[in-house]
Amino acid sequence: MFALSGYDAFLGFLLISAAVPILALVTNKLLAPQSSAGERELTYESGMEPIGGAWIQFNIRYYMFALVFVIFDVETVFLYPWAVAFHKLGLLAFIEALIFIAILVVALAYAWRKGALEWS
Amino acid sequence: MTMVTYQAKNLLAQVSAGLDLEVSFSQAMKGLGFSPQLAHILWLPLPMLLVLVAALIGVLVTVWLERKISAAAQQRIGPEYAGALGILQPMADGLKLLVKEDVIPAKADSLLFTLGPVLVLVPVILSWLIVPFGQNLLISNVGIGIFLWISLSSIQPIGLLMSGYASNNKYSLLGGLRAAAQSISYEIPLALAVLAVVMMSNSLSTVDIVDQQNNAGFLSWNIWRQPVGFLIFWICALAECERLPFDLPEAEEELVAGYQTEYAGMKFALFYLGSYINLILSALLVSVLYLGGWGFPIPVELLANWLNQSIDAPIIQIITGSLGIVMTVIKAYLLVFLAILLRWTTPRVRIDQLLDLGWKFLLPISLVNLLFTAALKLVFPTFFGG
Repeated sequence: MFALSGYDAFLGFLLISAAVPILALVTNKLLAPQSSAGERELTYESGMEPIGGAWIQFNIRYYMFALVFVIFDVETVFLYPWAVAFHKLGLLAFIEALIFIAILVVALAYAWRKGALEWS
Repeated sequence: MTMVTYQAKNLLAQVSAGLDLEVSFSQAMKGLGFSPQLAHILWLPLPMLLVLVAALIGVLVTVWLERKISAAAQQRIGPEYAGALGILQPMADGLKLLVKEDVIPAKADSLLFTLGPVLVLVPVILSWLIVPFGQNLLISNVGIGIFLWISLSSIQPIGLLMSGYASNNKYSLLGGLRAAAQSISYEIPLALAVLAVVMMSNSLSTVDIVDQQNNAGFLSWNIWRQPVGFLIFWICALAECERLPFDLPEAEEELVAGYQTEYAGMKFALFYLGSYINLILSALLVSVLYLGGWGFPIPVELLANWLNQSIDAPIIQIITGSLGIVMTVIKAYLLVFLAILLRWTTPRVRIDQLLDLGWKFLLPISLVNLLFTAALKLVFPTFFGG
């Protein structure tokens, strides 16, 4: 069922869409003035002279969200073929998907109870 | 005599399958003595360049609309000196950014700093591959269709994270992290909302999705069968585009300008371009998935009957084809208008509210919506795509 037709256009359009930013940046390089910098190359940050850099260790609070995301993203990928072929599969496939989603809902409820979905 | 009627019938069959410019082009090339393969290769770049130009003009129009509508919402006049009503203002802005000096902070990682905006822009442009403006008026009707857009849209946060990190600026880093968190939180409800539509059309192809909606004019549009899905999709699309009320990654009161803070000149323009192309793309996809794409509010067959015209007549084909493009664009721009109005009428949400909305509200609702659609499809197969 998986047809590979039409992907030559994908490759072609990938090249064309990659050419847009490259052309823009090259044109900018050719047209724009260039001066040796000094103060200008300081990190702008908030307008003040920055205190310390940003490449430090700190607590990224979105870490747990990223983990939960991986679970549910894989789930949606599994559900895509089910949805496309659903009209041929009927009631049995519906019950199977119901069980599959129920297991994941339990996982979501567990993550929720454990506080993985709390930001603070 | 029979030969002629046979040929005429053949031609009619070709035309009634919808306007197919590639076939006509390939036949014209055959007349000039080119082989079909060569004609195909010569044909390929034409729709791509056309779509690219259309997207860029769309951005200019949207920027102008945004500035004018914002001005009207705040009782200002907005741009008015560059061209009539300031139409040329976006072009002037673009030209200014093109000749502006590019500054890379000394402490930044210059490779990632340059790669970031490019990675944001390229997938957004590439997603236009699957946007249909008519039965055959799209670059390529690839098999995975709408899924291509979903997978491409998850590349964008990598670019945002990259530019936030490479700037070596605390606010940029926070903005980049917020962008990534926001994007992954709203991607799943978005994919599940699309899934319900895919289930009704039994296909991932955007052309099939639109075809399935155009049996009875506006009454058969997906928005009536998927009202919850439509709302989920619209909210998630706004969040993925980082439009207010979900513009936390660049919240200017908190984070200066988020991941864009250190950018100037063309690289800043690439972010700007990317976000507007993304907005138009999302609006177009809402119209394709829920508002019948190029379909007319009143079925074409009905109109043609009323005017005593055959639907297969070439001239009618050309008229419906061009009106289909206009129809798609009108629907998309109504949604863009709505997005701009929302920007000036809604306050920004907090980050914990944003994550709560995504994970604790939209995700369960979209799962229920999907299962509900599946159940309805089992019970009423004729209304839900058979």
